[in-house]
Amino acid sequence: MAMLSFEQKYRVRGGTLVGGDLFDFWMGPFYVGLFGITTVFFSLLGTALILLGAAWGGTWNPWLINIAPPDLKYGLTLAPMREGGLWQVITVCAIGAFVSWALRQVEISRKLGMGYHIPFAYSVAVFAYVTLVVIRPVAMGAWGHGFPYGIFSHLDWVSNVGYQHLHFHYNPAHMIAVTFFFTTVLALSLHGALVLSALNPQKGEPVKTTEHENSFFRDIIGYSIGTLGIHRLGLFVALSAGFWSAVCILISGPFWTRGWPEWWNWWLNLPIWH
Amino acid sequence: MKLNIMQTVVLAGVVLAGAAIAVTTLERPPVQVTQNGYRGVGMQQLSNPRLAEAMAARNQAPQSIVSVPDVGPKAGQLYKNVQVLGDLGVAQFARTMAAITAWVSPEQGCNYCHNPNNMASDEVYTKVVARRMFQMTAALNTQWQDHVQQTGVTCYTCHRGQPVPAYNWSEDTKPPRLAGLSAGQAGQNMPRASVGSTSLPYDPFTPFLEDRPANIRVQGTAIHPNPKVPGTKETEWTYGLMMHMSTSLGVNCTFCHNSRNWSSWEESTPQRMTAWYGIRMVRDINANYITPLTPQWQAHPNGPEGGPVQARLGHEGDALKVNCTTCHQGVNKPLYGAAMAKDYPALLIPQSR
Repeated sequence: MAMLSFEQKYRVRGGTLVGGDLFDFWMGPFYVGLFGITTVFFSLLGTALILLGAAWGGTWNPWLINIAPPDLKYGLTLAPMREGGLWQVITVCAIGAFVSWALRQVEISRKLGMGYHIPFAYSVAVFAYVTLVVIRPVAMGAWGHGFPYGIFSHLDWVSNVGYQHLHFHYNPAHMIAVTFFFTTVLALSLHGALVLSALNPQKGEPVKTTEHENSFFRDIIGYSIGTLGIHRLGLFVALSAGFWSAVCILISGPFWTRGWPEWWNWWLNLPIWH
Repeated sequence: MKLNIMQTVVLAGVVLAGAAIAVTTLERPPVQVTQNGYRGVGMQQLSNPRLAEAMAARNQAPQSIVSVPDVGPKAGQLYKNVQVLGDLGVAQFARTMAAITAWVSPEQGCNYCHNPNNMASDEVYTKVVARRMFQMTAALNTQWQDHVQQTGVTCYTCHRGQPVPAYNWSEDTKPPRLAGLSAGQAGQNMPRASVGSTSLPYDPFTPFLEDRPANIRVQGTAIHPNPKVPGTKETEWTYGLMMHMSTSLGVNCTFCHNSRNWSSWEESTPQRMTAWYGIRMVRDINANYITPLTPQWQAHPNGPEGGPVQARLGHEGDALKVNCTTCHQGVNKPLYGAAMAKDYPALLIPQSR
């Protein structure tokens, strides 16, 4: 991997959270750090265990490889390796790798004197994963409520868990999450189209500037959020999508055992029109 | 980002309102979960022990009446006009009559069906209905064991101490919003308990639970969907029926189905088979036992002369018919599977006609 000419100045000493200078070095273009090492450790171990699970599972078809969580009867205890224990260890590895990566981002942010926007944003995705495999299973009393690791199998889990509540589209937090996902996509497409249009003018025309972009949206909708604002807005809608996704699955089960359509009876029963 | 005072107030209001709705409407852990599929597949039944308590209290089977030896002359020889249960000894016959009274008309007593001066008379119409219901109960217990299993049913399974079972359905072709801009929506968007408060067509019973029913199966059998039928509309009727079944039994879709392939019997649970027979059983009940009695109820639309006044017909003049809720009442095995029928041998043998 070629190193860019300006990369040298990013190699700033210090800013580590743990370990001082011990792992404060680079391998090629990559910052190592203690959390780089733990990331690699957990990633390799977890991947190896997934391969072990595939070997035990009887298929190497990548669509069908399935490493399932334990039966509910094991509750919050450790299960035998071939009956979900492997899933538990892989989950530990995954969380170890994801958290290590977030902390590595923190160290790099500190080195560069940046805010923690990147580790914060990434942590929302990690939070959503931890909600699925730790927080919700603990709230429901069994590791067996985690989702299985497999391409088809996790989709089957999603489908069935949704249908445990008859019609998941009536889940209010799911509604909010879906709305944020679509809004993210809309905002990104508007922003991308705007930037690409400004930077790729017709032949013979000059490249347009920020003021041109602002004018375009002021003409269309009477308001331009601006170059900095669009990135704040994008971050907000994207993280909100992930956050409300975590909320929507966390409330399904621990905080609602019935069909989601039925939850809306509070609305139907409001005294205004009931 | 700095908020002005108005923005702060609005934001705080939205957050507080959301929190208040969440706290007052949601449930809380711990919850109870039973697994009915391979681990990780997500086929599970959820229940809230706080809610289950109230449900259990509503679904307790009554005590059985002390059994009596089957001795003495047969009721059919001793009494006149005994068209069903005639093979019972008089003591067993009397015991069975006492049980029915407790199950169906505990407040009204024997005279709810009988003329006390002439017990053999059919002049009280409820006796005619009760006789047919006896034949029905015996038929369910002998011909529909694929659904009622060895547990069987009694009058109490539906009646629960009331002359008219609390859960029934009747034709409803004239919902609100029949006219105007929102008309012609095939019964959608009128959240009713019949379809679990969804936007699905509110009456899934008329198309599926009478004789000459529509086809419930909507999933295509080939890769490319059949362009003609079933279409989206038919599918929503089916989903409406499924919502009814789920809410009637207090279970979710995964009680019978693995949602990765709804139609596949191989991937379904054994309960789906029981439900399949149940749908056919309900059709049999409505077509062959309930609907043919409609003239009796038309003659007495508010019940027997002595009262109490209680509608025997729907608001469109048809009989009050049976669906899954009529027996199940929120529980996957009615009365939690209490085997009441075995204590009343007359309910377990076919009755004439």
